[in-house]
Amino acid sequence: MSAKNPEYDFKWCPGCGDFGVRRAIEAAVQQRNVATGQAMSNTVVIAGIGCSGNMVHLLEGEQPFGFHGIHGRSLPIDMGVKMARPELNVMAVAGDGDFLSIGMEHIAPQAGRNLNICAVVMDNGVYGLTKGQSSPTSEQGMVTSSTPFGKLEEQVHPLSLYLTLGVSYVASGLSSKVKDVTRMIVEGMEHPGFSIVHIQSPCTTYNDTYELLKGSVKKGIEPMAWAVPEDHDPGNLDAARALVQGTGVPLGLIYRDTSREPFESRIDEMVTRAKAKSTRELIDALSI
Amino acid sequence: MKKSDFVVRFAGEGGQGVVTSAEGLAQAATQTGYHAQTFATFPSQIMGGPTWTQTRISTSPVLSSGDHLDVLVCFNEAAYETHHGEVGDDGVIVYNSGDFELDDDKHSFGMNFDELAKSTGNARAANMVVIGALAHLVGMRQEIFDEFVTKRFTRGRPNDEEIIRSNLEAMRLGRAEAEVSGFSVGELASPEPPDYEQILVNGNTAVCLGAMHAGMNFYAGYPISPATQILIWMERNAPAPGKFVYQVSSEIESITALLGGGFAGKKAMTATAGPGFSLMSEGLGLAWMAEIPLVVVNVQRGGPATGLPTKTEQSDLFGSMYPAHGDVKLPLIAPGTVEECFYAAVHAFNWAERYQGPVVVLSEHALSERNQNIPKPNVDEIPVENRLTYSGDNGYQRYESGEVSPMPIPGGPGGYVANGSEHDGMGDTTHLGSRHVQMTERRWSKIKLLEDGDFEAENTDSVVAVVPWGGSKGPAREAYERLVASGEDIGWYYTMFLNPLPPEMLAELRRKDLVLVPELNYQGQFSSILRSYGVKAESITQYTGLPFKVGDLVDRISAASKPSGPREQGVTA
Repeated sequence: MSAKNPEYDFKWCPGCGDFGVRRAIEAAVQQRNVATGQAMSNTVVIAGIGCSGNMVHLLEGEQPFGFHGIHGRSLPIDMGVKMARPELNVMAVAGDGDFLSIGMEHIAPQAGRNLNICAVVMDNGVYGLTKGQSSPTSEQGMVTSSTPFGKLEEQVHPLSLYLTLGVSYVASGLSSKVKDVTRMIVEGMEHPGFSIVHIQSPCTTYNDTYELLKGSVKKGIEPMAWAVPEDHDPGNLDAARALVQGTGVPLGLIYRDTSREPFESRIDEMVTRAKAKSTRELIDALSI
Repeated sequence: MKKSDFVVRFAGEGGQGVVTSAEGLAQAATQTGYHAQTFATFPSQIMGGPTWTQTRISTSPVLSSGDHLDVLVCFNEAAYETHHGEVGDDGVIVYNSGDFELDDDKHSFGMNFDELAKSTGNARAANMVVIGALAHLVGMRQEIFDEFVTKRFTRGRPNDEEIIRSNLEAMRLGRAEAEVSGFSVGELASPEPPDYEQILVNGNTAVCLGAMHAGMNFYAGYPISPATQILIWMERNAPAPGKFVYQVSSEIESITALLGGGFAGKKAMTATAGPGFSLMSEGLGLAWMAEIPLVVVNVQRGGPATGLPTKTEQSDLFGSMYPAHGDVKLPLIAPGTVEECFYAAVHAFNWAERYQGPVVVLSEHALSERNQNIPKPNVDEIPVENRLTYSGDNGYQRYESGEVSPMPIPGGPGGYVANGSEHDGMGDTTHLGSRHVQMTERRWSKIKLLEDGDFEAENTDSVVAVVPWGGSKGPAREAYERLVASGEDIGWYYTMFLNPLPPEMLAELRRKDLVLVPELNYQGQFSSILRSYGVKAESITQYTGLPFKVGDLVDRISAASKPSGPREQGVTA
């Protein structure tokens, strides 16, 4: 209930894409709670550090459990919570710097385990909270406070990366399309495995890409974002790869594989093969 | 006169049976009522490389691995070259004449380990040839070993009988060779079997058992010497319904997974060594800040950086107590014996649950691989604590009070934000100075709950005291007993609870003229901490990658404790 907390002095800038993502998360969790009959306390939202990290404090209404952790580490904290209590609905909220730069190393192992959580990534192509440095998704050549001569690195393509790493649910959204993003998050939470909803969430202060994404008839700008065609088969990995290798940003469900066992099922199965012993038995086995 | 103890060292290449020989000797000895302790050191490589192990057998509990060798078993010539200088005057060297020959026949005799083994039809029985020879050299009854072999190889397999026969034959052949050689190092006095139940266990396994008893139900770890064995043990023995045990992708994943598990109500643990512990710094600070119970076992090795991965050192005390940025000082328990490894793990969980935060168990290589007979822990009598959990209504101010408060568990009432940023009562981020004062004092106040550690104190009237920590306890204790027996006026204090220290012990140490701290590091880390508390402490340091020798400690403590004498010390205040 932090939005009304007078001590809490953090604010997103006017027009920040994260407002739309927040509304989508609130709506998605509420829809899920209605559909499943679960209480809000069964949802845990785990954040890294950055503008996106403040999401845990800014959710309106009844509060889920939150974890405002350390930069880049939302996914392994998610793993800890989910594997401690598989019955919980566990989410990660992260920005592109948090998730794809310092946190990149955690995506592959969770994809391999098919950790059953939903990660919502807010991509604004810049480090906002530290006031405008280049991020993995900043365009090559982009001039920022930390790249005064232009960014030298090539841009990371997150959707393609997720498919390569084996993430079993990949959806792409735009923060201003709240209903679409809500549906993606609901589906991501329902998905039995690792889901990433990657959202273009422009930074109106340091990297305002609304116009580029949506286009402008008046200025003759073609929109970068385009809807995934209705006949796209999200179960087809090759089709998904083809979709994300084109230009621009496809919006919609990119890929979904429900055939892979989620992590908790793999652990449960392993436990049936392990012969659990009591501490007393383990000690007695070492008796002299 | 019969002897009360023997020290045997086995040296050779990795894979030659050096380790199994030492452990076999310890098993056989402890099964018949002797006390035993092994020590192992080996190179950081998969195959080969110079390896040695040592077994000390005694009629009373063993405190150290022994300074001088009664018997040195050389599996190859390099082993002889490296180790023969440590054989005592009356000691004997047994060497593998299949590998090399020695001219010296005053102290040594050769036998062809491998040929003798092969002649039994079991080429893998070379270590039994060696044990047979040892049995004769130290005058231990052959039945002890016959019984051991029969027990060890009765595994319900079709070839049990053949394996037992060939191993018994191998021991007989080794014994015969030793008899022909004419050597003996005396006769070991009959054992005085303890009147309590025992187990034979090493330090790493003892930590695992303690954690299991404490109710650990979440383990995440990453391989690293010398803590890997804890991960392996956990993967094999801990999985059960409701328990999560997993090898994760880095130590950063380990600590952050523990944060999630501890937050979600689990008793979570990981084990690592220096480099991995360094990677956990940020996560440990978060656990302190967000008040999440978890236990990290740091099995020390030589550092810094990759350092000496398979050698022992006590140089992570500063780093483990102050691992993170900000106002943090972690509760820390450093076991000094294999037995204490068990209890340190139990206490660590009890502390973590009680104060709701991270606790470090600071073990070390020398303990981790040491096999020793210890009293069997009576699990019915060792208390286990669980955290206060919240069961009220929503709207709970989890962090508001000035002391430890019930912890909400996700899925239950009292939703809050576990926050690594400074926060208010409900966990929302705040930058108010008054909140930072309140929360900093709240976090530190909880440490007072942990001032229940016990300690050892002897000859407390003496103005000079020996105060070792961790694995230096054993050699220091042996040195102390020798010094007292020789009439030195010196006191003894010891605790494994290094932070917070038992207040009464600290008060007594403050009254001493001199506190001598034997420790295996350059800086004199524990004495430095004691000095910060106003104790007149000085260190006796060593940083060779090996434990102290008792004789060295006797000399150095004796010299340092005499006001007029030269103070041999490795550190200046």
